Amino acid sequence: MASKGIKDRVAIIGMGCTKFGERWDKGADDLLCDAAYEAYASAGVQPDDVDAYWLGTMGSGVSGLTLSEPLKIDYKPVTRVENMCATGSESLRQACYAVASGAYDIAMAIGVEKLKDSGFSGLVMTNPPNDGTPASMTPPALFSLLAPAYFKKYGLDAEKGKEVISRIAWKNHRNGAKNTKAQFQKEVSMEAIRNSPKIADPLGIMDCSGVSDGAAAAIVVRAEDAHKYCKHPIYIKALSFVAGPAAGPLSPEYDFTSFPEVVASARDAYAQAGITNPREQISMAEVHDCFTPTELVLMEDLGFSPRGHAWQDVMEGFFDLDGHLPVNPDGGLKSFGHPIGASGLRMMYEMWLQMRGEAGPRQLDHPKVGLTHNLGGQPGRCVSFVSVVGSQVG
Amino acid sequence: MVRRCELTAGSAKAFNAPMAGIVSYGSYIPYRRLKRAAIAAVLGVPATRGERSVASFDEDSVSMAVEALRDALKATPTPDVRSLVFATTTPPYAEKLNAALVGAGALLPAEIRASDSTGSIRAGLSAMLQAADAVAATGGQAAVAIADSRLGAPEGKAEQANGDGAAAFLLGNEKVIAEIVASTSLTREYLDSWRAPGERFAHSWEERFALTQAYNPLFKKIVHDVLEKAKVAPGDLAKIVLDAPNQRAADEILRELKIDPAKVADSLAVTVGQAGAAHAALMLTAVLPAAKPGDYILVATVGDGADAMVLKVTPAAAAFRPVHSVGRMVESKGDVTYGNYLKWREILPTEPPRRPDPERPAAPPMMRSEKWKFGLIGSRCTACGTAQLPPQRVCVKCRAFDKMEAYPFADRTGRIATYAIDRLAYSLNPPTVNVVVDYEGGGRFMCEMTDCEPDKVAIGDEVEMTFRRLFTADGVHNYFWKARPKR
Repeated sequence: MASKGIKDRVAIIGMGCTKFGERWDKGADDLLCDAAYEAYASAGVQPDDVDAYWLGTMGSGVSGLTLSEPLKIDYKPVTRVENMCATGSESLRQACYAVASGAYDIAMAIGVEKLKDSGFSGLVMTNPPNDGTPASMTPPALFSLLAPAYFKKYGLDAEKGKEVISRIAWKNHRNGAKNTKAQFQKEVSMEAIRNSPKIADPLGIMDCSGVSDGAAAAIVVRAEDAHKYCKHPIYIKALSFVAGPAAGPLSPEYDFTSFPEVVASARDAYAQAGITNPREQISMAEVHDCFTPTELVLMEDLGFSPRGHAWQDVMEGFFDLDGHLPVNPDGGLKSFGHPIGASGLRMMYEMWLQMRGEAGPRQLDHPKVGLTHNLGGQPGRCVSFVSVVGSQVG
Repeated sequence: MVRRCELTAGSAKAFNAPMAGIVSYGSYIPYRRLKRAAIAAVLGVPATRGERSVASFDEDSVSMAVEALRDALKATPTPDVRSLVFATTTPPYAEKLNAALVGAGALLPAEIRASDSTGSIRAGLSAMLQAADAVAATGGQAAVAIADSRLGAPEGKAEQANGDGAAAFLLGNEKVIAEIVASTSLTREYLDSWRAPGERFAHSWEERFALTQAYNPLFKKIVHDVLEKAKVAPGDLAKIVLDAPNQRAADEILRELKIDPAKVADSLAVTVGQAGAAHAALMLTAVLPAAKPGDYILVATVGDGADAMVLKVTPAAAAFRPVHSVGRMVESKGDVTYGNYLKWREILPTEPPRRPDPERPAAPPMMRSEKWKFGLIGSRCTACGTAQLPPQRVCVKCRAFDKMEAYPFADRTGRIATYAIDRLAYSLNPPTVNVVVDYEGGGRFMCEMTDCEPDKVAIGDEVEMTFRRLFTADGVHNYFWKARPKR
């Protein structure tokens, strides 16, 4: 009953991504236009060539009209999807399966979020009417639950733990400094990260991803058609998406040092792609570093580090741009910013650039197999997406 | 039942019903204390001695009444409650039965008569006497929950002298630990203290008038009348609980009765403050644990008249143990700064957070989840025995469907599995501490932790559950449960 996958049956032939950040100059409509037209140009197709659209946004609009209206799409299917912070990845998954099925030849996945118009600090979510009992913790507080649990389980004192998570932020800012589309294009010193104002102990403001506006888009076709449009397409090896039973807040068996949903989606994706040793077989990864402890735990859940050892890999630079397995070479959510609906596609955009040798100062040496990981929710209660993509068929 | 009396000796009107008594009791003093010197330091006014109790930013008279009433119910093996009166001068709702909330929080059945009693600091003792009359007539038990969260305008005497707290009683005719052998009431119209609807702080007439024309004559008469009716001489009293508006009023009557000062109950003035309608009740629950079978206890309070009763402690009292004694609650405390106190009571306006206002809870889901929301009733899988909350339909452990039974969590202790200190969330007492609680006997819950010092929270700490007001939105008070360090 596991997913069968569509390895090498779908390819990305063009992508677009706006600059992320505080885009006071652009509304959601503008961001969608910019990402879509950059993707059309990148693929060398006309807007009318695209047969169907999947639009991901958490809160910047409802229905397909959010996209068809600004783009003036002529009577084509536009599906609006939402899966919390993994919304962008979900839109890509839908578009890929649509062309793989043969229902359409060319599809676009596009994601957008306009967060900075709310007037509030941080992320704002609306809930359906309720009985007033659901916990109303902020995202940094929810993810900070990982830190004391992980530190205690693996014997890191508070100071060492803080150093480990600070180094994750330091690495991602260092990468983002080489990225002209990132929200924060500046290296930040370990000291500045360590001493940043506390948000949810031990997390400081510098342990949190950027609240950001932005959009990103991908155009997909069946793999056999890819070379009609594109000399260097990238190929979908695996797409896995799981929603968990949300057992973490209910069950004392959950210890807040792992995302079981990530473990499940990684296992599924690796089976689809034929990955048996991710630490060695994956050339680079873009992962959901919404807060620094998240990235730490993900390194173990994705099988990059043995249990309890990710912190050592982090400290030894294993995931640095010049390390053995570069993670978040584009700066990640931390430095590139996190416009919810766009983030999953932004991760894929880095795969697109790196595999085509277009990543400029942060270009890696011929990465062949890449992974994107995107999650939505909170520790113990989340949805998780893992994709594997490659520069070659096979 | 109260009636107008001329203030002449010897005209006690007997309420000749059979005498009921106290079957069980509970009391509650909030964790926070405001040192009177801390007020004085900011405002430059003279400080009185000691400190006052302060209901936390997430407490009010309803939530404190629930705490006390739950203790009273827990302390007896055979609760049989037929009615509930909630007495306070600070009801959270002006229109809507506050007693219904108290009953829901204490998991009382729907089949009870319930009412709010308010308007005077005498409301607490009056409610007790009326409840005693009711059970004497109808049998079963009557619950009385009395709580107050007393305000005083900055710089005023009341701000320092008042306190916050609650007490609750189950009254009945059987298994009585303290029998009400006599009670009397007086009701007079005079102006000493008043507050119009919408006003936050009470006004008061000049003290000499109230002292000489109301308190002294009322106390003298009510004490004389009740002792005469009980056929108890002042010298036979083991303890006197005199809830006087000020010490001078108390001193005068005690002098007149030639009472041994050792028999006078602690006024709690130095440690708690005058807890409004709950004060006489709180003082009484403070002396009951040490009372011996055969002891006579006099309780009297004034306010637009006076109420008094004489209790006789029964042999059953020897085996009774309160869940939280007043003494323990007085010792279990942490300071609040005067600045935070002013913010909690919204006396000092503050800049609103750059976060959306909380949304009011919705009526239909609240009704659907009444037992969960107000009573913290979760579920347990009858297939595999796993306890879980909130109540589930599909078991988190074995996936059995609709095999759940109700399972209460409010009285269970737990330990902190992990925690988060949230400095982004808006709170009147930042930072917000959130904990993941694993309960003894199974079950896990994520909730806010209150009455704690954030930098002392640690994995493995023991916590217990407490009923709180999370926030108020559109005039709807949102009550639910939080964890607190075990008191």
